[in-house]
Amino acid sequence: MPAVSKGDGMRGLAVFISDIRNCKSKEAEVKRINKELANIRSKFKGDKSLDGYSKRKYVCKLLFIFLLGHDIDFGHMEAVNLLSSNKYTEKQIGYLFISVLVNSNSDLIRLINNAIKNDLSSRYPVFMKLALHCIANVGSREMAEAFVQEIPRILVAGDTMDSVKQSAALCLLRLHRTSPDLVTMGELTSRVVHLLNDQHLGVVTAATSLIIAMAQKNPEELKVSIPLAVGRLGRIVIPAASDLQDYAYYFVPAPWLSVKLLRLLQCYPPPEDDSVRSRLAECLESILNKAQEPPKSKKVQHSNAKYAVLFEAISLIIHYDSDPGLLVRACNQLGQFLQHRETNLRYLALESMCTLASSEFSHEAVKTHIETVISALKTERDVSVRQRAVDLLYAMCDRSNAKQIVAELLDYLETADYSIREEIVLKVAVIAEKYAVDYAWYVDTILNLIRIAGDHVSEEVWYRVIQIVISREEVQGYAAKTVFEALQAPACHENLVKVGGYILGEFGNLIAGDPRSSPLVQFNLLHSKFHLCSVPTRALLLSTYIKFINLFPEIKVTIQDVLRSSSQIRNSDVELQQRAVEYLRLSCVANTDVLATVLEEMPPFLERESSILSKLKKRKGPGLLPEQEDSPKDKNTGVNGTVESASLSPLSADLLGLSSTSSQSSSSSAPRGSLLVDIFADNQSPVPEAAAAPVATENFSKFVCKNSGVLFENQMLQIGLKSEFRQNLGRLHVFYGNKTSMQFLDFSPSVVCHDVNVHAKSVDPVVNGGAQLQQMFNIECISDFQEAPSLNIQFRYGGTLQNIGFKLPVTLNKFFQPTEMSSQEFFQRWKQLSIPQQEVQKIFKAKNPMDMDVTKAKIAGFGVALLDQVDPNPSNFVGAGIIHTKTTQVGCLMRLEPNTQAQMYRLTLRTSRDSVSQQLCELLSDQF
Amino acid sequence: MIKAILIFNNHGKPRLTRFYQYFAEDMQQQIIRETFHLVSKRDDNVCNFLEGGSLIGGSDYKLIYRHYATLYFVFCVDSSESELGILDLIQVFVETLDKCFENVCELDLIFHVDKVHYILQEVVMGGMVLETNMNEIVAQVEVQSRMEKSEGGLSAAPARAVSAVKNMNLPEIPRNINIGDINIKVPSLSPF
Repeated sequence: MPAVSKGDGMRGLAVFISDIRNCKSKEAEVKRINKELANIRSKFKGDKSLDGYSKRKYVCKLLFIFLLGHDIDFGHMEAVNLLSSNKYTEKQIGYLFISVLVNSNSDLIRLINNAIKNDLSSRYPVFMKLALHCIANVGSREMAEAFVQEIPRILVAGDTMDSVKQSAALCLLRLHRTSPDLVTMGELTSRVVHLLNDQHLGVVTAATSLIIAMAQKNPEELKVSIPLAVGRLGRIVIPAASDLQDYAYYFVPAPWLSVKLLRLLQCYPPPEDDSVRSRLAECLESILNKAQEPPKSKKVQHSNAKYAVLFEAISLIIHYDSDPGLLVRACNQLGQFLQHRETNLRYLALESMCTLASSEFSHEAVKTHIETVISALKTERDVSVRQRAVDLLYAMCDRSNAKQIVAELLDYLETADYSIREEIVLKVAVIAEKYAVDYAWYVDTILNLIRIAGDHVSEEVWYRVIQIVISREEVQGYAAKTVFEALQAPACHENLVKVGGYILGEFGNLIAGDPRSSPLVQFNLLHSKFHLCSVPTRALLLSTYIKFINLFPEIKVTIQDVLRSSSQIRNSDVELQQRAVEYLRLSCVANTDVLATVLEEMPPFLERESSILSKLKKRKGPGLLPEQEDSPKDKNTGVNGTVESASLSPLSADLLGLSSTSSQSSSSSAPRGSLLVDIFADNQSPVPEAAAAPVATENFSKFVCKNSGVLFENQMLQIGLKSEFRQNLGRLHVFYGNKTSMQFLDFSPSVVCHDVNVHAKSVDPVVNGGAQLQQMFNIECISDFQEAPSLNIQFRYGGTLQNIGFKLPVTLNKFFQPTEMSSQEFFQRWKQLSIPQQEVQKIFKAKNPMDMDVTKAKIAGFGVALLDQVDPNPSNFVGAGIIHTKTTQVGCLMRLEPNTQAQMYRLTLRTSRDSVSQQLCELLSDQF
Repeated sequence: MIKAILIFNNHGKPRLTRFYQYFAEDMQQQIIRETFHLVSKRDDNVCNFLEGGSLIGGSDYKLIYRHYATLYFVFCVDSSESELGILDLIQVFVETLDKCFENVCELDLIFHVDKVHYILQEVVMGGMVLETNMNEIVAQVEVQSRMEKSEGGLSAAPARAVSAVKNMNLPEIPRNINIGDINIKVPSLSPF
């Protein structure tokens, strides 16, 4: 006999549904529905009250109409009335209507709440369940407020039936998600945790879901769940286990519970207690072993359930990232799945391997599967799987296989689905830049990208190739030659014209010696594309032309003719017209010297995070990026000196260096700005520093690791400093020494600061010859900051006004409190800070001789506690500390790896805040 | 967490939809259409997971689905759920339907959408997996059925008599109901 009774359903409903199904057209259907809606409406509004059966029938009809995609704007009240019926069937349909159709901010909630309240205190478990379901389905704040006290009581009460407990646990979980602030378990926490030992599978599973959510919110308090969870898991998965064997699903005991327990353990680092840890290791071993056993059933459900547990166990192993043996076993297991005949397993294996690739223990093991992954990319029929293969190739990429992976991805790109092309382009661009050994290869790769998938190459990608070519002298000639050749193709993508135009405009002279690419040939080549391009590209080409006039005076006349032609100078686009007019004029009035200055080659760009990478991060969120920083060794050397040359930055704000002359009259330069301005979008522009010039920064960096010394000195004045810091407060004593024999008059130091509070004690305006004046500053650090406060001193010396400015050595690291911790603690925290933005790494050349003791002293002076015997390699340094600011505290971990052969250092910082990591890395890397 | 459960047939006609996060009515319909579009163009033996469509939350969500004869069962879940676990849950749900309706077919879902909802409620509650043991689920459904019978038996009798009379001139209904649609045939789904 079927469990649901089919025969005695509602006749009217069946008729109505048949009618709808027999409708020949959409119009007929709408007509029939409208007729029915009118009928129901009149029934609901009618004078005589409907019996429960009819109400049920009409509500069912409304549900059906809603399912067909029609709006239901009445019937809610009738549904609410059904809730207070004492018949189960009527209540049931009422609750169903409400949870399908009522949203969480309906004004009916109060009425519904009343009904729920009655049902929660009912003596029928089925009524209680209906009420709990309704709360869980609607989950509004008002409901949470009304029942948040009641539900935990139901959950832990001794006489509650299992099925009700189960619903109560999930109901609480739902409220925990929608209104986390309201749900406080208080003293009930431990009783909820002990539900992990409940005999009823459904109750344990539901309770585990709830405990996971509680543990995420309140890890410390829920720590007691770890041994219980491990114990329970052990009783399920370890052979000869006795627990819940009757709950086997296709011969796998309690798979869902096992999965949940493994998820719960992923909220925590490996258990501290030895016996718990070894028991858990036993569980994981056992799960891995079972994967190798012959299947107990041929049914796909059997293997699904078994592998669901296995994948979760592998996730836990990856999460712990501490046991190389298990990691490698996990990797081998996934490697087997890569060739499994089931698509689902291949998909999941690729996905899990992505995370495995970021572990240093298993990165190499993952790399051994490269051929399989590449063949998956070529042969998989399913785009979802291919997408995962792309992700994995990206994750396993490092210097050793970058060329191979890029080649494969480029190859795949030609046939890839349109939906994922842009992402592949970004990934290739990032890999190509990150692991470029020679930049010629990088330029080739990007040009290939544009050739193969020009439409999917976003602006960031071609901006970036230009940034890199400009910043790296060694590749400029090659780049010019390559783009010139690429432009010869009869049909080339507009993005290529942009890159080509820009690069030839800057470096066309490098290939002009070859008659095949003489100035005129270059110009004609570019101009042949001009008419096929969009306005922004044409604007860029016009700028290239004026640059040509400077580079190649011999074709000046030709270019002037082009600029003068009416299609340019009378162009209907105002931006193009303006450029043509201004450039033409500029080329006529300016002599060669002025032209050379105005149209000088672009200065190198300031080094900063690749805009491509940030775009990729935005698309994907953190987590999928390879963490193995293995960036090109000279990441910063190519732009040496540009960081200080702040005065260049206003110039570089207009890519072609024309802002000072030609745009004076142009109020409409916005389009030009938007053409390439994005490159500077998040530039931490050092302009304020430049404005406060002359700032002497020479001595500033000396004070990063020490607190007293001479801060500034010239012929007249010597300034000394003593400082002390405690938590987020600091005190600076500044000594002004007059080295001359005359008085300083109107002596007034003033502090400019943005990010820290500085309170300066006032000082005497007169400093006698040979005398010393002392001033005290009280400092308070509000939140993490980058810019140190600067001190400006004005005084009169012999009638002339003197002005001295420099930065006070108040840097973020001054507010460190050193923290001692064990090796285990350190690595545990290190892993917790694994979001890519939290880590900043820099590889740089040693400026000073590499002396271990000096380095130790510097790190200690930096403020962190130097931790001995933490790093397995004794020549590395690791440290830990907490930055105290008024608003927050930031835990920081650092690791410095010297490479004496190469005279290089690699510095890695991980803190809970990305700006702090960045800032500390910058400060500390300058010290060696 | 499960964000939505969608059941539709090979032509995209929704047969049961359940959203555990609020979406306006027209948005629900758009999501159903988008999901149908994404799922229906896939071959039968490709994998059962894909990234969610843009309306439902994009790549942070996964669509996990199974295709049985004329129907698609699609669960939209976030990363906190095990993919294979959900895949098995769909199987449990369908096996339960099959048990409860004795060889369930699309028509059962059409004419007993309320019952299907009640069964689903025993499996998933507020977007969270409530029960995974089929015997438990069937037992709960039987409890409901008994309650319905006991109530229907006495008090609803007059109303049903009236409606029976009203419907007397519609003898073709039962035939209509049983024509056409093929059984879902749960056991035959194992080969991918």
